[in-house]
Amino acid sequence: MDLLTIMQAAEGGVKGIAAIGAGLAAIGAGIGVGRIGGSALESMARQPEVLGEIRTNMIIAAALVEGVALFAVVVALMQG
Amino acid sequence: MHHVADAHEWHIVGGLTIPLPCIVIHDGLHVFLSNKMPSAHHGEAAEATEEAHVAVTDTIHADGVEGTMVVEHHETAEHTAHHETYNGFYYSESGRIVHEDGGFTLDLSITKNVATLLIVSIIMLLVFTSVAKAYKRREGEAPKGLQSFMEPLILFVRDEVVRPNLGKKSDKYLPYLLTVFFFIWISNMMGLIPIIANPNLSGNIAVTCALALMTFLITNLHANKYYWGHIFNPPGVPGFVKVILVPIEIAGIFIKPVALMIRLFANITAGHIIIISLVGLIFVFGNAGENLGGGLGGAAVAVPFTLFMSVLELLVAFLQAFIFTMLSALFISLAQEDHHHDDHAEHANAAHH
Repeated sequence: MDLLTIMQAAEGGVKGIAAIGAGLAAIGAGIGVGRIGGSALESMARQPEVLGEIRTNMIIAAALVEGVALFAVVVALMQG
Repeated sequence: MHHVADAHEWHIVGGLTIPLPCIVIHDGLHVFLSNKMPSAHHGEAAEATEEAHVAVTDTIHADGVEGTMVVEHHETAEHTAHHETYNGFYYSESGRIVHEDGGFTLDLSITKNVATLLIVSIIMLLVFTSVAKAYKRREGEAPKGLQSFMEPLILFVRDEVVRPNLGKKSDKYLPYLLTVFFFIWISNMMGLIPIIANPNLSGNIAVTCALALMTFLITNLHANKYYWGHIFNPPGVPGFVKVILVPIEIAGIFIKPVALMIRLFANITAGHIIIISLVGLIFVFGNAGENLGGGLGGAAVAVPFTLFMSVLELLVAFLQAFIFTMLSALFISLAQEDHHHDDHAEHANAAHH
């Protein structure tokens, strides 16, 4: 990408840059929720008695992480 | 995109549109049905009737001596905008009702979102007053009917969400937290009903802003003096760190409710847009094939996806209500924490990390 395209993107002039931003946010959400799910499954395997509590806390943490990703989606919606 | 936006009429299917009352304060109160308003679909009709009068006057000066010519162009463009109006009212670009003479206009109409809000409030009033009356009538007996459906939900909110956070003070805030939970849940679910055209209430940032504002007010008006003390004078922190920490804490007072607002708004709006896009796939394929076959093929793809997304949206509807309520309970409890003397040692240790 040459300098002009980068400057246009900084001004918000390039079409589709909002979609790239939303895609990056999706990567962040995917990594975050994946890690939460992974460690939740691991701890469920170690101690099956507290399965229900772990499941509840996993859902809560996942919703919070998705909230952060959706901040970026909102900005992308506003721009593009 | 306009399917998730607000409108002055309730558009259900292609031909069926329910006009909603418009209430405008402009030199007095005007009340009329919105089907009298000139239809301005996204401002196109208004622009189409604009006539531009461009007057061009050329002035040529012959500037004597060396025969130079100075040409002055005056272009005056007069745009006389002919909007169709009803009693002088027409829709502005953003969809609000404005008047021709540009005076002060307050648009208090019952739009689609306001109508949805009223419907949700009526549903909640009917359900909860009948459940409360049933409890009074059946004192000490086993619950029946609607009562037995609502009881596990209410107990779930009380025992899993409010009591773990608030403990002894939970009874003071239970009415607010239960109301918020059921209001958000019901209005999220309303947006998933296709027959009444997906009214998008909690995907309106003004509505979620009002809910977050309520949490903000309750949190800060019922706060301990230790809460304010910890914000403006965090204990166990050296002076130069305080300079950085206090603005962060002050910003945190406002950012936490803002995060509540944006989380709910973005989750619900994103979900609605996905569902509308997937359903729109059917029409896209139909047009591309220019026949029923294309539309059917599109439907074969779109319907399973839409079904899957709708089930996910059901989960999201409940989850977002649960998260909002839980975080509100958490913020309220954090603002009323008692002072622990052993916190000083802990804060000093934490500051060294």
